[in-house]
Amino acid sequence: MSNLEDLYREIILDHYRSPRNRGELPTPPAHQVEGFNPLCGDEITVYIDVSDGVLQDIKIAGHGCSISQSSASLMSAAVKGKPVSDVHATIDSFKRLMTVHESQLDDQVEPEPVDLRKLGELAALQGVVKFPVRIKCATLAWNTLTQGLSELNA
Amino acid sequence: MSSYDAQRVRADVPLLRRVIDGHPITYLDSASTALTPRPVIEAMSRYYETRHANVHRGVYTTAEEATASYEGARVAAGVFINARHPAQEIVFTKNTTESFNLLAKSWGRANLTSSDAIVLSEMEHHANLIPWFQLRDEIGFSIRFLPVGEDFRLDLGPLDQLLAGAKLLSVSAMSNVLGTINPVATLSAAAHAAGALIAVDAAQSVAHGVTDVQETDVDFLCFSAHKMMGPTGIGVFYAKRDIIANMPPFLGGGGMIADVRLDGYTPATGVERFEAGTPMIAEAVGLHAALRYLDNLGMSAIAEHERALTADALGRLRERFDGRVRVIGPADVHLRGGVLSLDVAGVHPHDVAQVLDQHGVCVRPGHHCAKPLMRRFDLPATARASFGAYSLTTDTDVLLDGLDHVLELFG
Ligand SMILES: Cc1ncc(COP(=O)(O)O)c(C=O)c1O
Repeated sequence: MSNLEDLYREIILDHYRSPRNRGELPTPPAHQVEGFNPLCGDEITVYIDVSDGVLQDIKIAGHGCSISQSSASLMSAAVKGKPVSDVHATIDSFKRLMTVHESQLDDQVEPEPVDLRKLGELAALQGVVKFPVRIKCATLAWNTLTQGLSELNA
Repeated sequence: MSSYDAQRVRADVPLLRRVIDGHPITYLDSASTALTPRPVIEAMSRYYETRHANVHRGVYTTAEEATASYEGARVAAGVFINARHPAQEIVFTKNTTESFNLLAKSWGRANLTSSDAIVLSEMEHHANLIPWFQLRDEIGFSIRFLPVGEDFRLDLGPLDQLLAGAKLLSVSAMSNVLGTINPVATLSAAAHAAGALIAVDAAQSVAHGVTDVQETDVDFLCFSAHKMMGPTGIGVFYAKRDIIANMPPFLGGGGMIADVRLDGYTPATGVERFEAGTPMIAEAVGLHAALRYLDNLGMSAIAEHERALTADALGRLRERFDGRVRVIGPADVHLRGGVLSLDVAGVHPHDVAQVLDQHGVCVRPGHHCAKPLMRRFDLPATARASFGAYSLTTDTDVLLDGLDHVLELFG
């Protein structure tokens, strides 16, 4: 079993206690998407404002556990003001970070390398993969953002 | 409390010897599923080792023994809930959920039309909601809801009004979220006075006190073996003989027929009409052993033991955490069972359960398959600790220390 400290890093607790980009954006012009984790009842609403190929603004509403809330907060900080192509790249590397291969759980094979430096603060969430039931919490905001971007064809 | 020996029950449950990451397991999730005592495990092994055969078909010795074991379990299940005609009023299903599907899709489809109404309550498990929603969407009757008050109890004020013209009242005997024990006899009398039948979800209540379908005059009762120290994979559906006799079959296939021709079939007349295919024989044997085990302990003694544990836990939670840990449910132990839904101020239940896991404590975070009830109290989820026949106050000690750690980490 893994240590709680792997899961509840200081950065995560900080983003949980004081979440960034919390709130709503007027729709329109912003676009609103909702995500649910039926297992634990977490609900999240992501507001995004995309124009000129840039994710101009993002706000997060809803409720959830420390992992889903901090992941949403960290995500918002990482993607706000970024070109949509960069946002997609960040989503991809984050999802790769969250992918557990069975062999990896057995500690036999080294995880597929993800450039942790490029992920910045997001790397704090890597401990989550050691707690497989929590991965869904960590990816909720990201899947919701992905859905929003695809609804906008962005 | 004095003659009841929870330590001995504990010694019978092999799983309670597990050590999780250096911590002896503290199992506080009996409301999800109760742990299995050795006599149940052994009865099932013995069945497989000595008499396993298909039932109701063979004429050879083991086949007859298997049939006798299976039918013996049916009678035992009926006797356990004091059914008047045990052999004719008990159907084996997969679990409580399947029992409610049987009720809705057999009795419901045959008896409800678009102009009818049924009454459920706001504290129902999804098992007693979804089958009715599905049937309603198909044939279009109305569903009324008995409200839950701020005191976490059913509000009986509007009961008679809701029952006027209704054909069925279907409610749980004990809430799996609030722990509230509902007044089944009162509800039953009110339903019958209004000309309605009553169905009871006994999934939680059946392992924690006496169930008597005659005394409470209940028409239908549903429960699962796995919540009463029996195996998974088998549940019980009870219906009064006069009612079950007129219910059409549920699932179709082998074992449920009197005759089959190329142009159709005639269903069997007995309860086997509802048991299509090879049934869960070993599980029935396991359930029978669990019923015997519970009978030996005494249902009243178990209820008293758990009431003492609950009173102790409620008192200590109040003293130690002074409002920072709230219990969502009645405070009076005579109105509730040993289900403690915890709301830890500022900490999500998922995180509560995760930290408790580090102490070897098993509690359940989530909405407990009762989303309308969670909405009613504006809670996304709770962390639920629940007691069983083997629980001790030392389990509560570990839980409280774990909660200290939760508050320290997130407070
Ligand atoms: C009150 C209540 N009803 C129904 C059920 C469903 O039981 P099962 O999952 O065994 O069908 C449960 C247990 O989860 C319950 O607590």
